[in-house]
Amino acid sequence: MKKLLILGGGTAGTMVANRLGRELDAEEWQITLVDQDPIHYYQPGFVFVPFGIYKKREEVIKPRKGLFTPNVRFILSDIDLIEPDKNQVRLKKNDTTLSYDFLIIATGTSIQPEETPGLLGDEWHKSIFDFYTADGAFALAHKLRTWEGGHLVLNIVDTPIKCPVAPLEFIFLADWFLHEQGLRDKVEITFATPLPEVFTKPRASAFLGNLLEERRINVETEYLIEEADQEKKVIRSFDGREVPFDLLVTIPLNMGSGVIERSEMGDDLNYVPTEKHTLKHKTFENIFVLGDATDLPTSKAGSVAHFQTESFIHNFLRYIDGMELLPTFDGHSNCYIETGYGKGTLIDFNYDVEPLPGKFPLPGFGPFSLLEESRVDHWGKLMFRWIYWHLLLKGKELPIPVRMSMAGKRL
Amino acid sequence: MATLEMAGTSLELDDDGFLVNRDEWSREVAEELAKADDISLTDRHWEVIEFVRGWYAEKDESPTLRRITKVGGIPTKELYQLFPEGPGKKVARIAGTPKPEGCV
Ligand SMILES: Cc1cc2nc3c(=O)[nH]c(=O)nc-3n(C[C@H](O)[C@H](O)[C@H](O)COP(=O)(O)OP(=O)(O)OC[C@H]3O[C@@H](n4cnc5c(N)ncnc54)[C@H](O)[C@@H]3O)c2cc1C
Repeated sequence: MKKLLILGGGTAGTMVANRLGRELDAEEWQITLVDQDPIHYYQPGFVFVPFGIYKKREEVIKPRKGLFTPNVRFILSDIDLIEPDKNQVRLKKNDTTLSYDFLIIATGTSIQPEETPGLLGDEWHKSIFDFYTADGAFALAHKLRTWEGGHLVLNIVDTPIKCPVAPLEFIFLADWFLHEQGLRDKVEITFATPLPEVFTKPRASAFLGNLLEERRINVETEYLIEEADQEKKVIRSFDGREVPFDLLVTIPLNMGSGVIERSEMGDDLNYVPTEKHTLKHKTFENIFVLGDATDLPTSKAGSVAHFQTESFIHNFLRYIDGMELLPTFDGHSNCYIETGYGKGTLIDFNYDVEPLPGKFPLPGFGPFSLLEESRVDHWGKLMFRWIYWHLLLKGKELPIPVRMSMAGKRL
Repeated sequence: MATLEMAGTSLELDDDGFLVNRDEWSREVAEELAKADDISLTDRHWEVIEFVRGWYAEKDESPTLRRITKVGGIPTKELYQLFPEGPGKKVARIAGTPKPEGCV
């Protein structure tokens, strides 16, 4: 019996477990997946929660244990340590040790507000909020229901973050929501980002660049926060810029899982060194890394996890039969961006090709528009939740190419 | 398209003043690129530049300021002094590594 061990049962871990559960012979392979959390969160839904578009927890969560095919063994436990030299993993629960022939690391990334002085404390979830956790998103929804206006500041502590477009979506949706509430004139909105510009890719800025101006959003660039001053109600950057806030929405530093750090397998942000095109660990021949846990220069997003999983499966089935790995993962990413007022847009890109305008997935027809606001793209995003639970996690085929295609794109 | 003229050759620059062809980078080119930002490179600047280039060679992207601080050991405040107003972009430009980017 060969043992395949999967660490983390989020988007990537669940997809790969269910795909391999179907592909691998249950007589020959034992598939085990470990996650610490009994709940699976639909994280893309968190963007909608603060604005009451999703109102109940049931709309963004499901019990994890019902999400796997029968031949995947699920263990609920904290993962304590990976020991790659011994091909084994230690769990916290009952001091269990699991050995493996192949290991897949899919432990994701999460926010670390304690890394920035002044974010946590009395004002946390009172006037300072995150929306990258269910708790944060619902607390913020509660706040926004009765908020009377003032200065709304969105700050990204540092890159990389998962779903790099989520902060922008938040801003667009906030503008729309406040407008609907009749509050927009009583609110000043500031977007403070560590990047040199909000839109850093040339074609995206040509098409979306004026959206921020149209929506009257102030922008602070190269803004690296040093601390939040809860008493003075300002955030302060390393170069001394103070931005006052009444409501601060922060995207705290994102870091890979603590188990990566404990096992000394990550970089400074606990991301695991991964081969760019094969997703194999840079040093260990029987370890693969999927989803947000990698150190790859592509977006940390569910769509990327999906494309990675598809190219990994194909490769893994070759690899276990003694064939070499093919460089099939191209960094493909595909993200809907909500722009508010019932509209959205879509971007599609990879390691080498920046987001371009056009139609997707069918050239000329779409139905989705790339880098242009459209109602259909908004519906695409809302439909995505159904696709996530019913197709994506179950490991069913989606009608989108795994590798990025130039068809339908305008240069 | 903008160019950087030096010692009889001319190097192509993009709209942000970054080298179009990163292979053309050299220490002399860095000195010239820094001049455009009114920076004259000291040993401390070079420490930063060398760290940034090393990171890029390994990870295929420019390091963030936080990483230059945490991993490279140069305090963030000092980075803002060495490369005033927008150190993130300036360091990358002078070091001949890609502009720090988001996905859009
Ligand atoms: C607000 C928001 C909006 C988003 N919007 C989009 C979107 O529109 N489109 C899109 O494509 N993506 C979006 N994403 C990103 C997407 O949700 C993630 O990229 C995706 O979930 C990554 O999958 P993953 O499996 O790598 O990590 P995750 O799904 O986060 O799973 C990691 C799992 O590992 C487990 N784990 C970690 N450490 C341990 C340990 N030590 N022991 C046991 N278990 C452990 C965790 O419990 C977790 O279940 C969004 C994310 C957020 C936060």
